[in-house]
Amino acid sequence: MPTLNINGRDVTVDVPSDMPVLWVLRDVVGLTGTKFGCGIAACGACTVHLDGNPIRSCVTPVAAVAGKKITTIEAIGQTPAGKKVQQAWLDLDVVQCGYCQSGQIMSASALVAKNAHPSDADIDGAMSGNICRCGTYPRIRAAIKQAARGARP
Amino acid sequence: MTLHTVSRRDFVVVLTTAGSGLLLGCRVGERSRAATATAAAPPPAFAPNAFIRIGADGRVTLVMNQVEMGQGTYTSMPMLLAEELEVGLDQVQLEHAPPNDKLYANPLFGDQETGGSSSVRAFYLPLRRAGATARTMLVAAAAQTWDVDPGSCQARRGVVTHTPTGRTLGYGALADKAAKLPVPDQVPLKDPKDFTLIGTPAKRLDTPDKVNGTAQYGIDVRLPGMKIATVAASPVLGGKIAGLDEAKAKAIPGVRQIVNLGDVVAVVADHMWAAKQGLAALAVRWDDGPNAGVSTADVVQGLDAASQQPGVVARKNGDAAAAIAGAAKQVDAVYQVPFLAHAPMEPMNCTVHVRQDGCEVWTGSQTLTRAQGTAARVTGLPLEKVVVHNHLLGGGFGRRLEYDYVTQAVRIGQRVEGPVKVVWTREEDMQHEFYRPYYYDRLAAGLDARGRPVAWTHRIVGPAIIARYLPPAFTNGIDIDGVDGAVQLVYDIPATQMEFVRHEEPVLNTTFWRGVGPTHNIFVIESFMDELAAAAKADPVEYRRALLGKAPRARAVLDVAAKAAGWGRPLPAGRGRGVSLLFSGWGSYLAEVAEVEVSKAGDVRVHRVVCAVDCGAVVNPDIVKAQIESGVNFGVSAALWGEITLKGGRVEQSNFHNYRVVRMNEAPTIEVHLVRNLEAPGGIGEPGTSITGPALANAVFAATGKRIRRLPLVPALKANH
Repeated sequence: MPTLNINGRDVTVDVPSDMPVLWVLRDVVGLTGTKFGCGIAACGACTVHLDGNPIRSCVTPVAAVAGKKITTIEAIGQTPAGKKVQQAWLDLDVVQCGYCQSGQIMSASALVAKNAHPSDADIDGAMSGNICRCGTYPRIRAAIKQAARGARP
Repeated sequence: MTLHTVSRRDFVVVLTTAGSGLLLGCRVGERSRAATATAAAPPPAFAPNAFIRIGADGRVTLVMNQVEMGQGTYTSMPMLLAEELEVGLDQVQLEHAPPNDKLYANPLFGDQETGGSSSVRAFYLPLRRAGATARTMLVAAAAQTWDVDPGSCQARRGVVTHTPTGRTLGYGALADKAAKLPVPDQVPLKDPKDFTLIGTPAKRLDTPDKVNGTAQYGIDVRLPGMKIATVAASPVLGGKIAGLDEAKAKAIPGVRQIVNLGDVVAVVADHMWAAKQGLAALAVRWDDGPNAGVSTADVVQGLDAASQQPGVVARKNGDAAAAIAGAAKQVDAVYQVPFLAHAPMEPMNCTVHVRQDGCEVWTGSQTLTRAQGTAARVTGLPLEKVVVHNHLLGGGFGRRLEYDYVTQAVRIGQRVEGPVKVVWTREEDMQHEFYRPYYYDRLAAGLDARGRPVAWTHRIVGPAIIARYLPPAFTNGIDIDGVDGAVQLVYDIPATQMEFVRHEEPVLNTTFWRGVGPTHNIFVIESFMDELAAAAKADPVEYRRALLGKAPRARAVLDVAAKAAGWGRPLPAGRGRGVSLLFSGWGSYLAEVAEVEVSKAGDVRVHRVVCAVDCGAVVNPDIVKAQIESGVNFGVSAALWGEITLKGGRVEQSNFHNYRVVRMNEAPTIEVHLVRNLEAPGGIGEPGTSITGPALANAVFAATGKRIRRLPLVPALKANH
């Protein structure tokens, strides 16, 4: 039975080793903040962090995450970058339906954690795998810039 | 924000099973704690109407009859109530309304529906009256307590103050007394100049839960003993299951049950992964039925044939046909728009628990009473035995005005012991939509010697969604939504005739799609108007402007957009600007200028979109702007790439790799300019989409000289390349 480290806690789950992390989180562990959008890594709604790097949990089998730290939207606010990103999302009222925003925030947090001055091209590179059907892209772009500015020492 | 589901059943029981239970302004991290806190709350002491409940503890609960799918309704509706009730948004908690047409019908439709950019239009006055009624009664209760004239009392932030003496009483303390007063028929509403909330960019109430993963959508429902199912319905409309390998599916660990309903099969499992694998293992063989072999070309052929016949006249002034025949120049064109999927980010899903004596449904629906009704019909239970718990919607766009996914889930749930959550894969969702219809339009115009239009005819050919969805509104053979945006043509043209030809192509289900009528009609009208300007060798903005002498609000937004966009300023080669104008039954006036770049290969990059908006009285200007930003991007996706095609009766697109939608790196800069006034509020959720297609098509024409009369633009440009 695989043991996963999710948001700082070890969780042992009785699931097949090829089961995608997305369904382990949602249907077994009960963390529903991570969303199902496409199932083929085409929309980014399922983005979580694996050792701080954004991954698409819908195509990542549990076997591939053993010994690594998974961070989900439920805990990203405990990281400095995640907290700043969430605050910028609030300040600029980014969300609409909100369904994709867990994934957007996870991708944005990973960017802001590593890049204190993301350019438009950096934002395009980090965020173009995350679809928002409500089209909140202009606000996501502005919020990332604001979060990054806030992250400066 | 607190979002509770109320129902006819025991209030407390439902809250503990379905409540997301986060108090606004009082963050509690754990569901159990929140649920306990809610359960311990006393029953409301004062409930003067179906929208407001005030407890003896002063807790103010606002019941949301219009559903939240991103458009900001769970902020704008509370603003209307709170403004007149005299409470702050930080003092309220929200509840999803239960299904109840008597209490919560949308006056524009006659039932409890969220759609058609209608919430603010429909409830601007009713919710203000609801708030003012409650406030009037609370003030009267205070005045009675103090034995003073109510006119000498003032309410603010949930407290009534007797102004001369400074005495105060909170709404909680007044609730019992207020509840005993008669509900007044007529109450004075605040003068707009005294508004402290309406018209301000108040923060959305749903943002906090949507940035930390606690917001609850239908798909997030978890119940004790709940199974998870995924489904395959016939890939061809009307097809049946011919065979499947049940044993193979059952061999997958975690698969519990196969439910074969003939037209659809569900694999019921412990989790979605097992269900998905089980579905694949079934290797379903289909009997495609009568629609086998149908292709998009067949649909177009049918529409083209129907377009040869006159339709029902939806608007007529003068003798347009004669005027065109006698004009100095004639212009005519055929325009087509394809089937489109809504593709909301949250795939269709519905959780049900069917028991002998009742049925519970957990889902996100734009039409709660229809969801309740279908569950009652399928189970044979009386309506009052069907409880529907609504949720936040992970996108609607019209898709969740249908309730097919509820019907299907209940049929499956009837055969499953305990609760079951039915979740569609993206592929199932994309291929079993209710699509935006394919429309086929014929236009003609006559120009005088100076190039000015003297006559205009427009024949719209497509299905009548209204005839199926809202039969009483289908009168004289005219689909009022199908002709919306066309019959309100604001240009001053002496002779016009608009016709509707109803033509059904029952090879795909069709429905409303983010402004279905205007989204097709505004593309057609504004593209054709551009053609007339080109025929007259006139500037597209000046040409339109000259025809807007009788439409000052339309002319004003056109001027604002053109100026802000720098209309007329030179652009580099390969780039072009396009303009479009919108007025329709939504009551809003919009003008948009889009700037695009077209590559040699036919790819289109949208650089900048400037939109001027006059939607009358504004409840929340930031939400209006957000809706335009949203609508523009939705329109960019549809206009550049959006297309559902049929081959062998099957939808060819399956997921976001072949149903392309705009992404961060492709999204334009969007500027929204509000023209503020106190006219009646107009709709704003959909217009941004409708106005964007033609602005892009006209910009492509400016950049390339190519007039695209059939969307989407990019495949057409590549085919022409």
